[in-house]
Amino acid sequence: MSTRETRKSLWTWGIVGGALRDSFIKLNPRTLMKNPVMFVVEIGSVVTTYDLIRNRMLHLSGFGFELQITLWLWFTVLFANFAEAMAEGRGKAQADTLRKARSETIARRIKADGSIEEITGSKLRAGERVKVTAGEFIPGDGEVVEGVASVDESAITGESAPVIRESGGDRSAVTGGTRVLSDEIIVKITSNPGETFLDRMIKLVEGAERQKTPNEIALNILLAGLTIIFLLAVVTLQPMAIYSGSPQSVFVLISLLVCLIPTTIGGLLSAIGIAGMDRVVQRNVLAMSGRAVEAAGDVDTLLLDKTGTITLGNRRATEFIPAPGVKEAELADAAQLSSLSDETPEGRSIVVLAKEKYGLRGRELSAYQAEFIPFSAVTRMSGVDLDGREIRKGAFDAIVQHCSTNGNRVPAQVEEAVKTISNSGGTPLLVSEDRHILGTIHLKDIIKGGMRERFDQLRAMGIKTVMITGDNPLTAAAIAREAGLDDFLAQAKPEDKLALIRAEQAKGKLVAMTGDGTNDAPALAQADVGLAMNAGTQAAKEAGNMVDLDSNPTKLIEVVEIGKQLLITRGALTTFSVANDVAKYFAIIPAMFAGAFPQLNILNIMGLKTPQSAILSAVIFNALIIIALVPLALRGVRYRPLGASALLRLNLLVYGVGGIIAPFIGIKAIDLIITHIGWA
Amino acid sequence: MTANGWLQILLFFLVLLVVTKPLGVYMARVFSNGKTFLDPLLRPIERLVYRCSGVDEKHEMSWKEYTISMLLFSAVSMLVLYGIERLQGLKWMPWNPQHFANVAPGLAFNTAASFTTNTNWQNYGGESTMSYLTQMAGLAYHNFASAGVGIALAIAVIRGIARKESKTLGNFWVDFTRSMLWVLTPACLIIALIFVSQGMVQNLRPYDTAKFLNPQTVQTTGSDGKTTAQTVTDQVIAQGPIASQEAIKILGTNGGGFLNANSAHPFENPTPLTDFMQIVMMLSLGSGLTYTLGRMTGSQKHGWAVWAAMAILCLAGVTAAYGTEARGNPLLHGVDQHTSSMQSGGNMEGKEVRFGIADTALFATTTTDASCGAVNGMHDSFTPLGGMIPMVNIMIGEVIFGGVGAGMYGIIVFIVISVFIAGLMVGRTPEYLGKKIESYDVKMAMVTVLIFCLLVLGFTGVAIVSKFGTSSISNAGPHGLSQILYAYTSMAGNNGSAFGGLNGNTPWYNVSGAFDMLFGRFFMVIPVLAMAGNLARKKIVPESAGTFPVTTPLFTFLLVSVILIVSALTFFPALSLGPILEHLLMHAGKVF
Repeated sequence: MSTRETRKSLWTWGIVGGALRDSFIKLNPRTLMKNPVMFVVEIGSVVTTYDLIRNRMLHLSGFGFELQITLWLWFTVLFANFAEAMAEGRGKAQADTLRKARSETIARRIKADGSIEEITGSKLRAGERVKVTAGEFIPGDGEVVEGVASVDESAITGESAPVIRESGGDRSAVTGGTRVLSDEIIVKITSNPGETFLDRMIKLVEGAERQKTPNEIALNILLAGLTIIFLLAVVTLQPMAIYSGSPQSVFVLISLLVCLIPTTIGGLLSAIGIAGMDRVVQRNVLAMSGRAVEAAGDVDTLLLDKTGTITLGNRRATEFIPAPGVKEAELADAAQLSSLSDETPEGRSIVVLAKEKYGLRGRELSAYQAEFIPFSAVTRMSGVDLDGREIRKGAFDAIVQHCSTNGNRVPAQVEEAVKTISNSGGTPLLVSEDRHILGTIHLKDIIKGGMRERFDQLRAMGIKTVMITGDNPLTAAAIAREAGLDDFLAQAKPEDKLALIRAEQAKGKLVAMTGDGTNDAPALAQADVGLAMNAGTQAAKEAGNMVDLDSNPTKLIEVVEIGKQLLITRGALTTFSVANDVAKYFAIIPAMFAGAFPQLNILNIMGLKTPQSAILSAVIFNALIIIALVPLALRGVRYRPLGASALLRLNLLVYGVGGIIAPFIGIKAIDLIITHIGWA
Repeated sequence: MTANGWLQILLFFLVLLVVTKPLGVYMARVFSNGKTFLDPLLRPIERLVYRCSGVDEKHEMSWKEYTISMLLFSAVSMLVLYGIERLQGLKWMPWNPQHFANVAPGLAFNTAASFTTNTNWQNYGGESTMSYLTQMAGLAYHNFASAGVGIALAIAVIRGIARKESKTLGNFWVDFTRSMLWVLTPACLIIALIFVSQGMVQNLRPYDTAKFLNPQTVQTTGSDGKTTAQTVTDQVIAQGPIASQEAIKILGTNGGGFLNANSAHPFENPTPLTDFMQIVMMLSLGSGLTYTLGRMTGSQKHGWAVWAAMAILCLAGVTAAYGTEARGNPLLHGVDQHTSSMQSGGNMEGKEVRFGIADTALFATTTTDASCGAVNGMHDSFTPLGGMIPMVNIMIGEVIFGGVGAGMYGIIVFIVISVFIAGLMVGRTPEYLGKKIESYDVKMAMVTVLIFCLLVLGFTGVAIVSKFGTSSISNAGPHGLSQILYAYTSMAGNNGSAFGGLNGNTPWYNVSGAFDMLFGRFFMVIPVLAMAGNLARKKIVPESAGTFPVTTPLFTFLLVSVILIVSALTFFPALSLGPILEHLLMHAGKVF
């Protein structure tokens, strides 16, 4: 977890310094125009500055108060810029560490005639093939087309343990900038220069390609609307004030305007978005767009692969149950023979069980002229042919079908044993020899710790969990029950997954899933949120809209939480920002008119000292609150997995009621301070 | 405040609650092709209407077609009314026993805009300006038509929420015809008869003249400022087809009085029963539509949650208005203002002695909640804060039950905004009854809110510093500001009640007021219909524990808060220089 440690130190003076500089660069009106709220504040600041200078030149009275107002208005804009720059700075620092991994590599390109030439890695184009040997960096994203190698991907994932990458199958994708540790592979490059994984990731964390997400756009419209409403309220207040015989100065009116428009959320909105993406990247998930992260927060149904997500990858053999008339040792012998070349964890666990229980030692199959029959999705069996013996093991119906070609029926006791195992959540494997059923192996799934609580939380959040498994329905039901899932899809083939996603979507639901294999690609593409495993195939990675660099399917749940947290942070700060206005009215309105109508002082419930100190305090509070909330915006508000009503009640209490009360205290405190030190 | 007063208010809420469901069910049936007991009678008439007008009742309209049909209909109706007003004095025009002249262009334009928009702002006195023909064919017709249009619009917006993946919102002509035939006409027929039974006038006779037993001497101040004494020996008593117009005036939340004194005149409001009926009827269709909303969207609880929000705001208004009026006038030192069996107590200025404080406070609240605008007392004579309540009710956006139909589509705008904020705070893309609320919907909702603010504050801002604006006000200081602010608020909100004291029959107020009303109706309806059209196109997302429910007390609380905060934040500065300042100055001993 080396990268995560470097991330902790991102709050360095380097970033803060850079952000300070950027705060001024971002004053450029063309940049600021994208943010209507802060743009209005900037225009207000320009107008007060102009008035300030004009008053000075014409030797009009009043300078100290006006100067302070003008300065604090500029600070308001700068603070908002700083928040955004801070979020971007943290991203840039991450990008820099990533960039180091992109250092120029020499690629050995294989030409059409088979000869090899050396070129720089950045010149490689999609479709070209390169040879990479131990110790070399992989020059670009691609797929292993020949060979197998162990690869150090720590530059990307932060995980120091090497991973195996091999041609064919679901572990063929390699990433540019990672290093081959052993062996030699031929890689087919899949991306053009500038479009590699690493390039995309750098752009993403830098915020360079950040596009506003749908909810962010909608919120921006709401904020722009509120800004115009307050602009109207303030602009039309002046004629009413003139009628009432107490016209207001430009400084006071602009102060009121800036205090009323939602500067808090307006100033922090883009920082929240950038920081949200940043949090996703910190968890080693690469999202193709902010839209994908936001969609994750909306997910109604989670499709989770049983293996690796809900259960530990390896099922263990725990028992041999022979068919009537078969000796237990005979079954154990056949089971062991069929599994000796089976490199799957299940296969190995059978060999282990045979050794522990029956003392059967491992044998060298090559000595027997044996032919290993690997598992295939079509036959759903594996086994071995040796000395004319045809030993097979596989799922219940696969073996039954295999044996039925010989007219052999299933003994009732075997069927009984299969049912018992399935009901208990285990997986029965049948073993046959020469199409006679010998008995059943009991494979047990080990459910990961803490998953049940996780699923309970998801249920409270309104998210339905569906387990996807190749197991038969009985087994699937038992595991789903034990792990606390809402539903399961048993004996799932890739097209079943796709059909399930379509069915859920037809009901208007948003579906998220994880996948790694090429055959997952259609489902990943169909799902609203498709989290592909980095260890998976290139096809899967391209079909999904997120890639988990750690290849940990449980990550999907975290992404959902980040998506929700992102929206909640925006909603909470909007509520806070608007709720603040109540106190600001009570500070500024009496200050504006108490001169002409002392009776209005009754509205000065905070007891602010003078009209000038009241207005100044409100403006200062309005500016400082942006800075005060930067950490919250970057971190996100705390997310609790609760139902919608409970969550809303909580957030309304904290940010709504809190938002009404906080400025009363804050403005009063600032008033006490500035009148004490003599600013107003 | 008295037990009797509270009993009246309580009885009102009870009756309103009781009529909500039957009315709501009935309207849902009428507009969803359900069966009603009136079908055998009305279906043939309806078919005849469609055959004569060439309307294909199976034709479904997109939001744009619906809007254009509605606008065309309103434009033509407005022109017809303008024509009648301008021609009423011609010799061959019937039903003009008092021989009223043609209405002047400015006033005719203002009045045409006023009645077309369901505002019924009146810069004229009915009994001294309008012929019976204008009253019946021009004004009463619009009372029906503008209310019918309002119902049609509300139904179209509800369909937008209820339908899924649909491009259409229904057929404007069908919705309008059905609202006329099934809802407004039968109800008004019965109500008018009840009113007549209570002594309300219904005739086409010239005005009566009565001789005083004791001739009165009155002081009048001429335009030259000289005061002269005048002896009055007789009184002209206005007549006319009042009962028939009164029924739709109230039920259709129009509020334009046949007579200048509106529902404070004994001919427009003869007995306590008619008074109570009027108060209930103003809110009954708006209240019923909340049930229709629940029924048509399949979430009856949501309908009640919306009803509860409206009822809470209504109760708050009544309580505040009643409270401030019952407290009396602090400047009347040494005057006994206590309530006793011998006197009503409190501030009785501008109130009918027949109705008293509780009833007038309730009437003032409901008429401004409902964008009705009928009055049985003068809001201008309320205490400053008591007079602020009706104004705030309108500023809230006429969504406390609101105008017929207009209240429904108005509150949906606030629901969309509430649900958007709530949705963000629970971490999901906001949804309203399964419809995702996206940027287009938020944009349209905000445009609607914005237009109202722009009209009220913009026109007030111009008028308050212009000679043509301030020359019409009758009291100086903050009360003068209240008069202008109330006028533009009332017109933009299509309420039509007058604060009183403002001379509206000037070129500036006639023209600016007409635009205030026209924009306040149609510029707000267009974005709402656009939003409904957009909502209709969407898929329905099934509800889950992660969805913020729009059926709970929490939702009601949120909706009330959003409505109050949005309007308070918008109008607080203006109010603080108007009624709030006036109230504070009054306590300091300064009145205007």
